[in-house]
Amino acid sequence: MSDLWEVFVRPKRGLSHVHVGSLHAADAELALRHARDVYTRRGEGVSIWVVPSVQVTASSPDERDSFFDPAADKVYRHPSFYEVPDELQI
Amino acid sequence: MSSRFDARSRSVLGLADDALIASHRLSEWVARAPQLEEDIALANVALDLLGQARLLLAHAGQMQVPALNEDQLAYERPIEEFRNAVMLERPNGDFAATMARMLLFSAYQYQLYSALSGCADPELAAIAGKAVKEVEYHRDHAAGWVVRLGDGTEESHQRMQSGLDAEWPGFTRLFVDWIRDDVIAAGQAIFPPWLREPVVHWLEPVLERATLVRPEITQVREPGIREPGRNGAHTDDLIDILAQMREVRAAHPGASW
Amino acid sequence: MTSFESAIAEGARIEPRDAMPEDYRATLIRQIAQHAHSEIIGMQPEGAWITRAPSLRRKAILLAKVQDEAGHGLYLYAAAETLGVARSELYDALLTGRQKYSSIFNYPTLTWADVGTIGWLVDGAAIVNQVPLCRCSYGPYARGMVRICKEESFHQRQGFESLLALSRGTPGQHAMAQDAVNRWWWPSLMMFGPPDADSPHSARSTAWGIKRFSNDTLRQRFVDMVVPQAEVLGLTLPDPDLRFDAERGSWDFGPVDFTELREVVAGNGPCNAERLAHRRAAEDDGAWVREAARVHAAKHAQRGAA
Repeated sequence: MSDLWEVFVRPKRGLSHVHVGSLHAADAELALRHARDVYTRRGEGVSIWVVPSVQVTASSPDERDSFFDPAADKVYRHPSFYEVPDELQI
Repeated sequence: MSSRFDARSRSVLGLADDALIASHRLSEWVARAPQLEEDIALANVALDLLGQARLLLAHAGQMQVPALNEDQLAYERPIEEFRNAVMLERPNGDFAATMARMLLFSAYQYQLYSALSGCADPELAAIAGKAVKEVEYHRDHAAGWVVRLGDGTEESHQRMQSGLDAEWPGFTRLFVDWIRDDVIAAGQAIFPPWLREPVVHWLEPVLERATLVRPEITQVREPGIREPGRNGAHTDDLIDILAQMREVRAAHPGASW
Repeated sequence: MTSFESAIAEGARIEPRDAMPEDYRATLIRQIAQHAHSEIIGMQPEGAWITRAPSLRRKAILLAKVQDEAGHGLYLYAAAETLGVARSELYDALLTGRQKYSSIFNYPTLTWADVGTIGWLVDGAAIVNQVPLCRCSYGPYARGMVRICKEESFHQRQGFESLLALSRGTPGQHAMAQDAVNRWWWPSLMMFGPPDADSPHSARSTAWGIKRFSNDTLRQRFVDMVVPQAEVLGLTLPDPDLRFDAERGSWDFGPVDFTELREVVAGNGPCNAERLAHRRAAEDDGAWVREAARVHAAKHAQRGAA
């Protein structure tokens, strides 16, 4: 089994965890400790997730069109699509 | 052994020298650890200990007239005025021995700093309050490795047991009563024998999970005033450490860096 | 035009699962691995001085710096691994000499002044080399470089500060600093690689957005950056041909001995064997630890599943 882990760090409260890189560790506890030492030496985070790399299921770039293009033409999902009187504060 | 430092200064120097010498030995691991990730982890621990040593040395230095700074105490103090425990000067041995030492020493430091964080010396209490969070991490890091190695392969189990056995006698000497009664009575230091019970109590489940045999706890009966290390008598290993540490400065007397 | 080509043409980033030409992948693996190896081999020459640092402040700085180098090596190995190669394979390539590391780390660190000089010159050259890589076409590499460059700026500053203290110190300290600069100056210039005319992969790497500036351009940029700093330090650079060319707005410098560079890269530098032997020993000595951790994790995964 591969001992590669993906590391996600929450930079500060109120923000989401962001992927920062990977590291090697034999188990989850060690992966978490190493993530702390490797990726937050300068106080870059308040919370860490580690995930075995093999557990990440990713969308394939080949399917990029079918995955993401359909979202591109749904302009009605964005507030700027709607025309409202200027004086209205919404 | 007589000393230019009073009993209270000596007790702070004991804390400072423990951290300084432990940091020195750990920093010898840099670029030699079993995995790159562990290089970073060990360097972190060494940095924490060095930071503790600097604060404690500065604190001890402030008690002197005239005051001494951290470097005067680290680099210019005669070896017989060092108060570190002898277990910390010994060469590292393998990774298992290093983890055994880190486990035992940081478990002791954890209880010691926890107690000191409420002591009657406000500066020392503040240093201990900061350090206790650091050594908790060291202790748990070492515990993780002791369990992995103890309950790993046959080879790692043997090495881990040997490492523990090798570090244990020195560990039991950490609880020798070497600090003068009036300093303890004034609330400026902790009576070392008090720490033994909670430290061993914390260690037991770790050693059990690691499938290791806990060596005998020998009660040390000799008066602590003659305790090697704490009384300024050291092994050749500390002579070597200090010679290396001071090599550059020795070649340039009076220089600043 | 393939999606790869159009992404490169638009200046977009290539990400790990994107289709990419095999040569692009191989070039990146070679370059990122070489860079990662340089970081971890680079821990040795300075690491040897941690226990001897002449003040506790300098000791803490150096320990933190060498630790950063391990971190940088790790970020880079992680970036290389996104290209489908394992760190263990890269270690193997390093230890068997199939992959290289920066020639600079094959020179010995003879005195304490070498530590400051490495920070100032070697890290200074590394920064000049690395800043453009923050915009490299391969996403994980570029992101790793952003992180590294942020951390690296402290490395050069601490080196400068340490060297300044020596230069302004006792005559013995000043002489030690000057001697170190004399030894490290030319090898630092070699860090930018062979001259453009002899740099076989450059054109393709530039077209792929892996390389942004030529070796000679970066070398000149480094010289222009460092010459005024040497003046502030009160130290001289060992090149009688150094003079400011007002027309170019740049410093002319003497010829770099690229024969020496070739020799060092070929494995004949003063410390090549020692550096690799040290790395190999660390790997070998740690094998039982890594194995034990693996076995322990497997035992517990089984117990957890049962």
